[in-house]
Amino acid sequence: MGEVHVVNGNYSAAEAVKAVDVDVIAAYPITPQTPVVEYLSEFVANGELDAEFIHVESEHSAISAVVGASATGVRVFTATASQGLALMHEVLFIASGMRLPIVMTVANRALSAPINIWCDHSDTMAQRDTSWIQLYCESNQEIYDTVIQAYRIAENEDVLLPVMVCYDGFTLSHTLEPVEFEPEDEIREFVGEFEPIHCKLDPEEPMTLGPVGGPDSYMEFKKMQHEAMKEALKVIPEVNSEFEKRFGRSYGDGLIEPYNVDDADVVIIAMGSVCGTIKHVIDEHRSDVGLIKVKAFRPFPGDDIRRLIEGKDAVVTIDRAHSYGSMPPLWTDVKAHAPDVEVSSTIAGLGGRDIRVEDILEVIEVAEKGEGTDEPVWINVNV
Amino acid sequence: MKYTVGAVIKEPGSTRRNKTGSWRIFRPVLDHEACVHCGRCYMYCPDGCISLDPEKGYVIDYDYCKGCGICAKVCPVDAIEMVLEED
Amino acid sequence: MPGRIPKRPPLPEEELLAPGHRACAGCGSALCLRLCMKALGPDTVVVMPTGCMEVTTTPYPETAWEVPWIHVAFENAAAVASGVEAALKALDKKDDVTVAVFAGDGGTVDIGFQALSGMLERGHDVVYVCYDNEAYMNTGVQRSGATPMFAVTTTTPAGRRWKGEFRPKKDAPRIAAAHDIPYVATACVSHPQDLVKKVQKAKEIEGPAYVHVLCPCPPGWGYDSSETVEIGELAVDTGMWMLYEIEEGEFRLTYKPRERKPVEEYLKRQKRFSHLTEEEIQRIQRMVDERWEELEKEGSTTD
Repeated sequence: MGEVHVVNGNYSAAEAVKAVDVDVIAAYPITPQTPVVEYLSEFVANGELDAEFIHVESEHSAISAVVGASATGVRVFTATASQGLALMHEVLFIASGMRLPIVMTVANRALSAPINIWCDHSDTMAQRDTSWIQLYCESNQEIYDTVIQAYRIAENEDVLLPVMVCYDGFTLSHTLEPVEFEPEDEIREFVGEFEPIHCKLDPEEPMTLGPVGGPDSYMEFKKMQHEAMKEALKVIPEVNSEFEKRFGRSYGDGLIEPYNVDDADVVIIAMGSVCGTIKHVIDEHRSDVGLIKVKAFRPFPGDDIRRLIEGKDAVVTIDRAHSYGSMPPLWTDVKAHAPDVEVSSTIAGLGGRDIRVEDILEVIEVAEKGEGTDEPVWINVNV
Repeated sequence: MKYTVGAVIKEPGSTRRNKTGSWRIFRPVLDHEACVHCGRCYMYCPDGCISLDPEKGYVIDYDYCKGCGICAKVCPVDAIEMVLEED
Repeated sequence: MPGRIPKRPPLPEEELLAPGHRACAGCGSALCLRLCMKALGPDTVVVMPTGCMEVTTTPYPETAWEVPWIHVAFENAAAVASGVEAALKALDKKDDVTVAVFAGDGGTVDIGFQALSGMLERGHDVVYVCYDNEAYMNTGVQRSGATPMFAVTTTTPAGRRWKGEFRPKKDAPRIAAAHDIPYVATACVSHPQDLVKKVQKAKEIEGPAYVHVLCPCPPGWGYDSSETVEIGELAVDTGMWMLYEIEEGEFRLTYKPRERKPVEEYLKRQKRFSHLTEEEIQRIQRMVDERWEELEKEGSTTD
């Protein structure tokens, strides 16, 4: 049995990182992720976590250092948000291209300009195509559980892709919730010792990592990454159910978490902490509404979502990011997999604007009226 | 071609398959009689294709020699001559 | 046959940078890396940023490297090396393995400068070698912060208004030394034994070591591929390039030309300086003279 602590989301993440016993941490502070770096520094400083901590001079170096460390054959961790993630952008492709099982948490935050430290998903959505697995969390408990599972997923032989665990800045990162922490020995048993699979920088067996891939090989490596993503669609649910068997908690099948969908006429598709508000709306105000919480945005469980929304009266997405000049990312992915379903698009909660109960009710109204199918409807906006 | 996970190359020194000797326009020819075995040609070869043979002294590996001519220039006794390659 | 065949060549025989790589004929940088590997030995992990030596030595599925090697991006070799070093510490292997960076001048003094500064300041036990060919040669000779005054590159051409590069070369070794690291040295491929000795010292010293090596580049500087060593020697003998070490803060020249040759002898051998007027040559001469006078005032000595 675990022990319940009342902690914020950043602490949840740090506690999970300690539990899986990482070897090298490289991170740079940025709001709202900073406390993760502080908590981990404290763990290392007082000997609770036996890891090398690299005080890098930027996020670019943070991700670069963990790439180097991971390639040397150890378990690594880094964390960032917003501008920091954008600064890492270039190296994210390289981490996945080298198939390194890096785990990184992102406390989701808007991107400048104007500068804004509050939550939306613009930062991680901008990294959609970097070939990182992206898992989004609704609660601080889910952050703890997902970080632990992320290592199992990333290090799976058929996957070998880095994982981004995303949670809403401030809404989760700085908000206290009760979280059950499991005994560390049990977590370590669940995750297992780190064993490098496909590469290791070791003079005993010299390997060349990160070579030049010309027109005769580049495309093959890229297709292999896509295949690995498809494998992750199988591995994520396996890890989710194994975790459930052992610790008694699960999040749908690990990819999506449907809530009241079977009985619903209207289905909202959303990600992150807003799902809690939507569940409240369903419970208190609209029992005819269902929710599909998308936990895995990459790989995208499109077929599962399509099966759940086919035949519904109305379907609507809530995006906390936008693709300017086109349609927002979550809507676009849903439509790509369910082209025959009418899906309304809404944009809400950019730059930390609260998504309130009345906003969810408005989202439902948009869906019921069949609006927003070819142009997103902006919720609670003054222009 | 075999495509490894993450493009990892597990065959160290495998550029040896690529015989850069075909680049050569001038061929360094070492006069063993004149050679004083100072090793300057060996030290200065950017392609590491000059080695010391216990019997013959310094030898040039024409499989890889690109014909840059550094060895001929650094030889203190002019024991290396650059000769135009014939097809 | 004059003289007996020696048992061993002057430097370790093992070629840890295999032939068959695609560096240009007469490449000073390839020579530099080959010599560095002789100094470092097989128990070395090499980290390289993007650059000439990275692209020419690792065309998948081939590699010229006989040691573990990693390339990640252009500006982050020092950060990657920091991670490799930390991982080796975590694995309890740091005492047996050397971590070395071989980075070009662009990857060092320009785009990689921040990561380098971070790595030096944090004190990682890494041997950082800058192979300096004084421009972005891999992309076809564009100027970098290490391009010397008046040198013509494709982005600093000489014309009616421009006379080649505008300003003197960035003094990267002195900036590295300002991080108060245990060892900084300069070297040139024309002086291989000096280079090897310095890299060996860099390997032995615990903590960050920075070795900046001048590597003449036949196509980029405009001279015949056979002249790489001569050009390097002229750089040193004219005083355009100084060979020194800064060990625990102590500056020491490791080679002092008995009588410095006029810089013109170095400049006139290279196409990149062929547009220079007498006045410009004299300006370079004065810069070099002033630098040496400063040194003499500081009382720096050689062995």
